[in-house]
Amino acid sequence: MSAQWETVIGLEIHVQLSTDSKIFSGASTAFGAQPNTQASAVDLGLPGVLPVVNEAVFPKAVSFGLAIGADIGQRSCFDRKNYFYPDLPKGYQITQMDEPIVMGGSVDINLKDGSTKTIRITRAHLEEDAGKSLHEDFHGMTGIDLNRAGTPLLEIVSEPDMRSAEEAVAYARTIHQLVTYLSVSDGNMAEGSLRCDANVSLRKRGEETYGTRTETKNVNSFRFLEQAIKHEITRQREILESGGRVAQETRLYDPDKNETRPMRSKETATDYRYFPEPDLLPVTIDEAFINRVRDRMPELPGQKKQRYTEMWQLSDEDAGLISSDLGLATYFEECVSATDDPTLSANWVRGDLLAALNRAELAIEESPVSAENLGQIIRRIKDGTISGKIAKTVFAGLWEGKASSADEYIEVEGLIQVSDSDALEPVIDKIIADNPKQVEQYQAGKTKLLGFFVGQIMKETGGKANPQQVNDLVKSKLD
Amino acid sequence: MSDSITERSLTEQLRDLEAGQYSSRELTEAYLQKIASASDINAYITVSSEQAIESADLADQRRASGDSAPLLGIPIAHKDIFCEKGVKTSAGSKMLDNFVSPYDSTVVSKLKEAGVVSLGKTNMDEFAMGSSNEASFYGPVRNPWNHDRVPGGSSGGSAAAVAASLCSAATGTDTGGSIRQPAAFCGITGLKPTYGRVSRWGMIAYASSLDQAGPMARSADDCALLLTHMAGQDHRDSTSSSVEAEDYSSALTSDLSGLKIGICTEFMDGVDSAVADILDQTRQSLEALGANFSEISLPNTHLAIPAYYIIAPAECSANLSRYDGVRFGYRCEGPENLEDLYKRSRSESFGREVKNRIMVGAFALSAGYYDAYYKKAQQIRRLIKQDFEEAFASVDMILGPTTPGPAFALGDKLDDAKAMYLQDIYTISANLAGLPALSMPAGTEDAMPIGAQLIGNYFQEANILRTAHQYQQVTDWHKRRPEKGETA
Amino acid sequence: MADEVTVTEEVVKDVAELAQLKVAEGDLEVLTAGMKTILELAEQMQSVDTTGVNPVSNPLDATQRLRADEVTESDQHELYQSVAPETEDGLYLVPRVVE
Repeated sequence: MSAQWETVIGLEIHVQLSTDSKIFSGASTAFGAQPNTQASAVDLGLPGVLPVVNEAVFPKAVSFGLAIGADIGQRSCFDRKNYFYPDLPKGYQITQMDEPIVMGGSVDINLKDGSTKTIRITRAHLEEDAGKSLHEDFHGMTGIDLNRAGTPLLEIVSEPDMRSAEEAVAYARTIHQLVTYLSVSDGNMAEGSLRCDANVSLRKRGEETYGTRTETKNVNSFRFLEQAIKHEITRQREILESGGRVAQETRLYDPDKNETRPMRSKETATDYRYFPEPDLLPVTIDEAFINRVRDRMPELPGQKKQRYTEMWQLSDEDAGLISSDLGLATYFEECVSATDDPTLSANWVRGDLLAALNRAELAIEESPVSAENLGQIIRRIKDGTISGKIAKTVFAGLWEGKASSADEYIEVEGLIQVSDSDALEPVIDKIIADNPKQVEQYQAGKTKLLGFFVGQIMKETGGKANPQQVNDLVKSKLD
Repeated sequence: MSDSITERSLTEQLRDLEAGQYSSRELTEAYLQKIASASDINAYITVSSEQAIESADLADQRRASGDSAPLLGIPIAHKDIFCEKGVKTSAGSKMLDNFVSPYDSTVVSKLKEAGVVSLGKTNMDEFAMGSSNEASFYGPVRNPWNHDRVPGGSSGGSAAAVAASLCSAATGTDTGGSIRQPAAFCGITGLKPTYGRVSRWGMIAYASSLDQAGPMARSADDCALLLTHMAGQDHRDSTSSSVEAEDYSSALTSDLSGLKIGICTEFMDGVDSAVADILDQTRQSLEALGANFSEISLPNTHLAIPAYYIIAPAECSANLSRYDGVRFGYRCEGPENLEDLYKRSRSESFGREVKNRIMVGAFALSAGYYDAYYKKAQQIRRLIKQDFEEAFASVDMILGPTTPGPAFALGDKLDDAKAMYLQDIYTISANLAGLPALSMPAGTEDAMPIGAQLIGNYFQEANILRTAHQYQQVTDWHKRRPEKGETA
Repeated sequence: MADEVTVTEEVVKDVAELAQLKVAEGDLEVLTAGMKTILELAEQMQSVDTTGVNPVSNPLDATQRLRADEVTESDQHELYQSVAPETEDGLYLVPRVVE
C-alpha cells in the first residue's frame, strides 16, 4: 500500500442465530436438508400466510447488544425491504430499519503488534435470510431452494473504522468469537452461519471525506475476506492512480480467481421502499427482560483470560490462546476440574492436544480424546501410575480410538508404571551383568553413565518402570 | 318447498334441521339448484357441488348420531379470498386462476369445525380492490335487485349470493367498506369487526393493516351466529387480538334504553335526500327503542379517502410482490429471462385497478416521497382515530349512511375512478381507525336497498349487533328480498 | 416535501420498474391517468399540519406476541409444489439468474 492512500473499511456481518425453528415460521433451520423440504407455507410466501415471531431471537440479540455495550431498543419494530429476486419469496425481506434491536456499542480488536483498537458498531438488527439459487444447469434454468429462507439473522453493521484487511479480519474474528461465546450462533462458517459484506473505499491520507465505496457481498471465510479486501484495495488504487473514478457498486468475490467483479443481478440496484411490516407488531423489550438476559450471559473471552491468569496463574499467552475459542476454553476448564491442575492442563491442551487437532484438521468439538479422558491421563501422571512419556502413548492410543478411557488403555496395554523393587531388581541385575565395561567406567568415576543404565532398564521394561525409582536402585547397587 | 327453505334465515334453518323438518342435504341441494338457475348473477367463481353434498351428508349423519356442532349442516359461501384446502382460491384474479389452496384459512377451518357446509367461493373484485365487483377476472356480479346495477364490492359475490338466497350466509372481507357497501347495495346485513377480531391467516392480503373478515347475512342475529364462530385469537396471526371473543348471539335481546348514539355531522354532508330521510327514520325507530341521540363531529373525515388511497396501495404493492410466477400462480409463456418472467407474469394476469394501486403504492413508498405520502397518511390515520376516541367519550355508537346512494348502474363509474373511490367515503374511516361497523338495510330508493351504518367502539361487536337486531325486531327492511331482479 | 407531484410518463416507467410491471406503450396513458387520480386525491392530505403526530401502523396499537422456538412444520414440499409452474428435483425453476 503506497503511503499516499488510506483504506477505509466497514463490515456488515450476517450472523445466523442458532434457533431450532425459523424467525417467522415453525419450519426447521437444520442444515443440509433436501431442497425445499424445510420451506413452510410462510417461508414460501404462499397467498394468505402470515409471519409470527420466534421468541428465541430476542435474548440472543439482546445478549450480543449487552456484550458490546450497546443500547437496546425498548421497542423493536420490523419493516419490509422490497425487491424482486427469486430467492426472496415474498418480494420483500422482513428486517429492521428505523427501530433496530441493538444500537451503538463497540468491540476491541487485538492487532498483530500487540496493540488493541476499538471498532464502533452502528447497529445490529434482526432479519430473515433468503433462499439459495443453484446455478447448475437445469436445462439452462436456475433452481431455487428456499430451505434457508426465513432463517433468523442478526446483521451487525460496523462504523467505517477499519484501515486494513488485517483489521477487518481481526474484527470479523472478534465478532465470530463473541457470537459463539454467547451461543448467539454456532458460528459455522462453512455452513454460512457468518457472512460478511465488506464496504471498502480509499482516500488520500489526511483527507476527511470518504472516497466512493464498493460493497463486496457474501464473503464466508476469514481468508476470503482478507483476499477480497486486498484485491479490492489494489483494484481501487489502480483506478484512482490512473486518474479514474471508483464506481459505487455491489461486487462479488470469486475465490477461484481471487478477484471481485460487479454483481449484475436485480438484487443490487433498487429503491428498497422500506415501510413498517403491517403483519407484525412492535416488540416490547423491557428492563426486566434485559436484566434476565444479562444474568444468564456467559463469561466473555476477556473475562475468561483474566480469570485464567489471575486465578490459575496461566501465562498471558496461554490464557489468551485458550480463551480465544469457547470450545477450547470449555475443554480446558473441564480438564482443570478433572485434574485440579491448571498448569498441567494448559500444557497438554496447548501442546499435544492442539498439535494433534491441527494435524488432523479437527475442531476442538471433534477431538477424539475427550476432556474427561485427557483429565484422566493427567491424573495418572500425577498419581505416578504412568510417566509423562507413557502419557503420550496413552494419548495417542485414545486418539486412535484404541480404548474408551485412559485407565482402560493403560490396563489393557499393561502400561502401569513398575514401582515394585522386587520386580525391578532382576532387570537391574541383568543390565548390570550384561554391561561389565560400563560398570567399570562408572565405578571409575564416570557417573554420567547412570543415565545409560536407567535408559537400558526403561527400554527393557517397555518404559513402564518408575524412572526415579530405577535411578535410586541403580545408584545403590553400583555405588 | 325448496324455494321457501332457501329463504329462511340461518337461525330458522338451524331450528328446522334440529327438528328434522329437512336435511342438510336437502337444503344444500336446494341452494345448488338455485345457484345453477341464477348463474346470470355470477355470484360464484367456484361452486363445490360434490364436496358440498358430501359434507351435507356427513352433517346429517353427525346430527343423527347426536352431534350438536353449532352450525351443523348450514350451507354457506366463502368469498374467494379465503383459502380453502383443495379448492381453487383465486381472489378474483387471473393470477390465481390455477391456484388450488394447500391449506385452509382460519375462517374456513373455524366454520368447518362449527359444522357448516361450504357451497363454494364467491365472486369479488380482483384482490378485493374495487367497489362494484366489475374488477373481477370472472366478470361482474349483477345486483339481484336489478341486474343492470352493481352489487357493490369487493365482496359483491357474497352480498349478491345472500340477497338472492344462493346461500344461507356468507363470509366477506372489508378493507375500506368491502363488506358494508355491498351489504347496503344488496339489502343484507354485514359486519366488519374490530381489526384483529377475526384471524387473517389464509385470507389473501390486500392491505394488511386494514383487512378484516366478517359475516354477511340476512339479519343481525345471523351475523352474530356466524361471527361467534369466526372470531377469536389465532396464534398464526400476530395482529389477531387477545381480547376474548364472545357468544355474540347471547347479547342480542336486551333493549336499547340508555344507549347513546351519535349522528356525525360530517357524514350527513353529501348524502342524497332519500338517504337522509331514511337515516332520519332509522333514528326515530332507534329512539323509540330507547336510544338517545346527539350530534358528534369527526372533523378529519374528509381526509379518510386520501389517506386510505395511499396506505392501502402502499401495503398492497408489497403484499402483491409474491405473485411473481415462480412458486404458484400464473406464469407467462416462454419467459426470455428472469425480468421477462416477472414483468409478463404480473402484467398479463393483474387487472387494471390492481396494477394502478400497485403503482401508486410503489410510488408512495419510494425514496423522496415516503414522508409526504405514506408517513403523512399514517399520521392522518392517527388524527382520524383520535376523532373517534373523542366521539366515543360521549356516545356508545355512531349512526350514519353506508353509501352516498343506492347501487349504481354497471359500467357507470368504470371510467370515473375518482367517483368509484368516493363510494367508500363513509366506510373507510372505520377501517383506518380499526373500529367495528355494520351495515343494515334501512329503506329503499328507486326500489333499491339503502343501508344504515352503525360504527361502534373497539370490540363492541355485541353492542352493534344488539342494536341492529333490536332495530330488525321493529322493522322489516331486512326481510325484503329482490323479486326477480329482472333487467329493467 | 413533494409539493406538487407531476406524474410524468418517466415517473410511471420508473415506478413500473420497481413494481416489475411491463408497461406497453399503449398502457402508459391509462396508468399515468390512474396514478394521477389517486395522487391528486392524496394531495388533500398536504393541507393538514401533522408535525409531531405519531403515525399509526397498527390500529390497535398492540404489541407483538411471540412464538416458542419449536419446529411445528413438517415437509410438505410435494403438496406446495403441486401448485408451482415449474419444478425439478424439488427445486423451483426460473430462467437462468446471472449474479
